Amino acid sequence: MVAMAASDLSRLIAAAADTIAAHADELTALDQAIGDGDHGLNMKRGFEAVRAEADTFAVKPLPEALKAIGTKLVMTVGGASGPLFGTLFMALGKEISAEPDRAGLTAAFGKAIEAVAARGKSQTGQKTMLDVLQPVHEALAEGKTAAEIVAVADRAAQATVPMKALRGRASFLGERSIGHMDAGARSTALLVRAVAETIERHA
Amino acid sequence: MSNVGIVIVSHSPLVAEGTADMVRQMVGDEVPLAWCGGNGHGGLGTSVEAIMGAIEKAWSEAGVAILVDLGGAETNSEMAVEMIGEPRAQKIIVCNAPIVEGAVMAATEASGGASLKEVVATAHELSPS
Repeated sequence: MVAMAASDLSRLIAAAADTIAAHADELTALDQAIGDGDHGLNMKRGFEAVRAEADTFAVKPLPEALKAIGTKLVMTVGGASGPLFGTLFMALGKEISAEPDRAGLTAAFGKAIEAVAARGKSQTGQKTMLDVLQPVHEALAEGKTAAEIVAVADRAAQATVPMKALRGRASFLGERSIGHMDAGARSTALLVRAVAETIERHA
Repeated sequence: MSNVGIVIVSHSPLVAEGTADMVRQMVGDEVPLAWCGGNGHGGLGTSVEAIMGAIEKAWSEAGVAILVDLGGAETNSEMAVEMIGEPRAQKIIVCNAPIVEGAVMAATEASGGASLKEVVATAHELSPS
């Protein structure tokens, strides 16, 4: 990966906001099954707010842009997903260099996942977004292609279906949370796909 | 005011306001008090921006104790405290206690001039863990 131009970041923001908007109803339905049913709407509100200021973010150096995007998500999502996804971007911005290579991106992504885990007081295996982030990090570290990383993310989201939720609203349901995909895992996989495919297409 | 401030954060503005009414009934104006509820867009949820505003409103040099209802309120409150930053952040504590009982007990303790540590401990006694 080479230096990211402003147009690249604009494209990434558009791709992320597009996929969240296109799947908002699905995310809400997943969240209705085992949560409070606001995930689709909340994520859409957050990513549309980021899209609305895409031009401002895109001209910033990558670390500052990611931090600003994270802060915007924190301030606009209106649910726990705000701090969780916001922390992912803010921590990524804090750890990444302005022109990261793959090793730099992988290392920063690992630190960002740790920050999300700390924010949510969670770990993998608890039916959360971490169950997608962690395998994606491993795939990045193993040098997998964009298509392979997308497949890893989709499989990882699917793998939350048989899990019992141990964090968040779904954990109130105990055994009844089994058999449903975690909404945060699904939105994370959607974002991974949007980012990976956009980078691949314009590499 | 030198008494510890109390902030109530619920997913529902009705719950937050009702809880604040119950606190006022106990302590009147002796304790800085603020509440927020809802996602800021008319729905249930919690807003980091609104929580930061409530902390400002209830700010006391003695510190602020935050009472929350469900997980998202806790996560958003912790985020708000972090965004407010030091030096004030170390004087703001998100309590692990039931929101209504915790707010009333914490405020009553605060009205007697108790320290932040004592106020938080009073709230935490309600949550056997």
